[in-house]
Amino acid sequence: MTPRDDAPGAAPGAGPPAMLEIRDLRAGIDGREILRGVDLTVAAGEVHAVMGPNGSGKSTLAGVLAGRDGYALTAGTVRYDGRDLLQLGPEERARDGLFLAFQYPVEIPGVSTVNFLKAALNAVRAHRGQPALDALEFLALVRDKLRLVEMDESFLRRAVNEGFSGGEKKRGEIFQMAVLDPRLAILDETDSGLDIDALKVVARGVNALRDGRRSFVVITHYQRLLDYIVPDFVHVLADGRIVRSGDRKLALELEQKGYGWLEGATARP
Amino acid sequence: MSEATTGIEQLANREYRWGFVTDIESDTLPPGLDEAVVRRISAKKDEPEFMLEWRLEAYRHWRTMREPRWANLRYPEIDYQAISYYSAPRSGGAKPRSLDEVDPELLRTYAKLGIPLEEQKLLAGVAVDAVFDSISVATTFRDKLAELGIVFCPFSEAVRDHPELVRRWLGTVVPATDNFFAALNSAVFSDGSFVYIPPGVRCPMELSTYFRINAAKTGQFERTLIVAEAGASVSYLEGCTAPMRDENQLHAAVVELVALDDATIKYSTVQNWYPGDKQGRGGIYNFVTKRGKCLGRRSKISWTQVETGSAITWKYPGCILQGEGSIGEFYSVAVTNNHQQADTGTKMIHIGKDTRSTIVSKGISAGQGQNTYRGQVKVLKGADRARNFSQCDSMLIGERCGAHTFPYIDVANPTATLEHEASTSKIGEDQLFYCRQRGISNEDAVHMIVSGFCKEVFRELPMEFAVEAQKLLAVSLEGSVG
Repeated sequence: MTPRDDAPGAAPGAGPPAMLEIRDLRAGIDGREILRGVDLTVAAGEVHAVMGPNGSGKSTLAGVLAGRDGYALTAGTVRYDGRDLLQLGPEERARDGLFLAFQYPVEIPGVSTVNFLKAALNAVRAHRGQPALDALEFLALVRDKLRLVEMDESFLRRAVNEGFSGGEKKRGEIFQMAVLDPRLAILDETDSGLDIDALKVVARGVNALRDGRRSFVVITHYQRLLDYIVPDFVHVLADGRIVRSGDRKLALELEQKGYGWLEGATARP
Repeated sequence: MSEATTGIEQLANREYRWGFVTDIESDTLPPGLDEAVVRRISAKKDEPEFMLEWRLEAYRHWRTMREPRWANLRYPEIDYQAISYYSAPRSGGAKPRSLDEVDPELLRTYAKLGIPLEEQKLLAGVAVDAVFDSISVATTFRDKLAELGIVFCPFSEAVRDHPELVRRWLGTVVPATDNFFAALNSAVFSDGSFVYIPPGVRCPMELSTYFRINAAKTGQFERTLIVAEAGASVSYLEGCTAPMRDENQLHAAVVELVALDDATIKYSTVQNWYPGDKQGRGGIYNFVTKRGKCLGRRSKISWTQVETGSAITWKYPGCILQGEGSIGEFYSVAVTNNHQQADTGTKMIHIGKDTRSTIVSKGISAGQGQNTYRGQVKVLKGADRARNFSQCDSMLIGERCGAHTFPYIDVANPTATLEHEASTSKIGEDQLFYCRQRGISNEDAVHMIVSGFCKEVFRELPMEFAVEAQKLLAVSLEGSVG
């Protein structure tokens, strides 16, 4: 794939079939419009970075794609593998291979990570028509995936995200992603609050899951993460729209110039 | 929260599965209560004179008492003259000596309830006493227990066969005049379970009683007494269910526990009386007095309760920590859904030196349920170095339910240490979304979150009952979460 500077988020012409197609998506919360016509197309195997300043709508985009409650969807379409994504409940999207790595992973006291993840994986497997894994098979799988994010087994017995450090939470998200084996992973500011070592671990985990088929939408404020997870495309979200798309060089340019030079550039010719 | 609420509510709206009525001939006294009724109950049970006198004294005292109204509960006036105070399956009158003599219809009822009456359950290590309406119908494994000197039998039989034990301990923890409902129970109780563990004996199996109210317009007033002699230990579990009926039924039980030196009693309850329908019609009024006395040094009494049923729950299982170094524990999960109301908690009375108590209470409210924790920790003057830890957590599911906490702390000894923690949380939209984003259904997510919330209590239950309790919790919250 070659990056296309000229058409923000436009469909790739002769590339692989689109996994995710967002067209003129408008969504708001409490009567305020936050996404004001987002277009974005992600083909299988591609890694797209969505960058933008605070308040540009990045997390709203992630929330709408994953099916979080509370957003008013006012216009536009989202097709995932040709299906109308917005008609599906969050668990259906998840079982269909859409994974969101949360910016703020949620604590669930008293529920062990291993039980939580087993319930999740078996729900996903049931949807795929696969039999549930028994305890031993499951343990073998998760052990393997734990290594990916350099976490030890004691992590499995701890309650979901409870008392985790910021870095543990984020690594935990990547670990869960590895276990659930999604087709489209959305990483919502996975780099926020991470020191450089944790960032490298997370990035290594993500890179190990790049297999030419799985797609990623990496949402981030800073280009730093993109030094380690090298995207195929970079988009700039500002004021609820994608105002510029390009390749990695765009991210570096942003780092130098900040977002200011792009804001107000929303009215694209 | 709206979608979440709907789902929680759908969960809660599944039907009560134990609501069937067994078609069985009963010997039932007409409604009403006077001295003659008390005498008839005593006569039907062939009781010795001391029992009758005890009942009559209780009855006379009860007449001077007024129903307590301090609890955070709303219900119409109870007409005590409209209730029948005795009902027994007719075949039960013949006092079956073995399971073969029990009315097969009754056994089928217990089979429906999933109660392990059959001898094969010996392997599961559960001995069962079953109380149907007012009468104890079958007690399993008695012979095996008798070899160890353990008495596990219907209360009425204990009165007949072990009058000296009954006379010695009855009313020593919950006196006949203790409170309105305890006095009523003392006057009219018709059966219950009696357990006696001789010195130094560890009861080798879980003892269990299942209570079932079947007859209409009947109150159930069972009485349980457990005595663990020095160095003895026992784990006891009670379960309860009732048919679905439009009118409310009264259940006023009394449980007394006595632990001597170094004895341990673990008492677990899975209470699933009919809670009433979604509009709040029908359901059991559950007014129960449960108390344990740690009479001996280093004795220990532990209450674990999972309360999912009843329209009204009024119960405060407590411990009198008299023996030096004795330990009291209370672990509770109380669920109120639809129009259920619960006012429940515990009393820990520290009398002896170096006594310790632990209270862990988890209240879950859904629908329009109202859940009140009411607990008292009292440290008397002589209770040097007494310690208490209390933790009261409430979880709210939906917008229309309520959680209330009333801790009473009363300390008369300066060396005592008390800790109290309390929290109220809403089942988080964030938690539900997180689970669903991983592919877990809303219903499963709610069960998972609620079970996690209750974990500290469930792990106190004997294992097979912990599984049962989790299922029950799931059922009682069905329809409450979305």
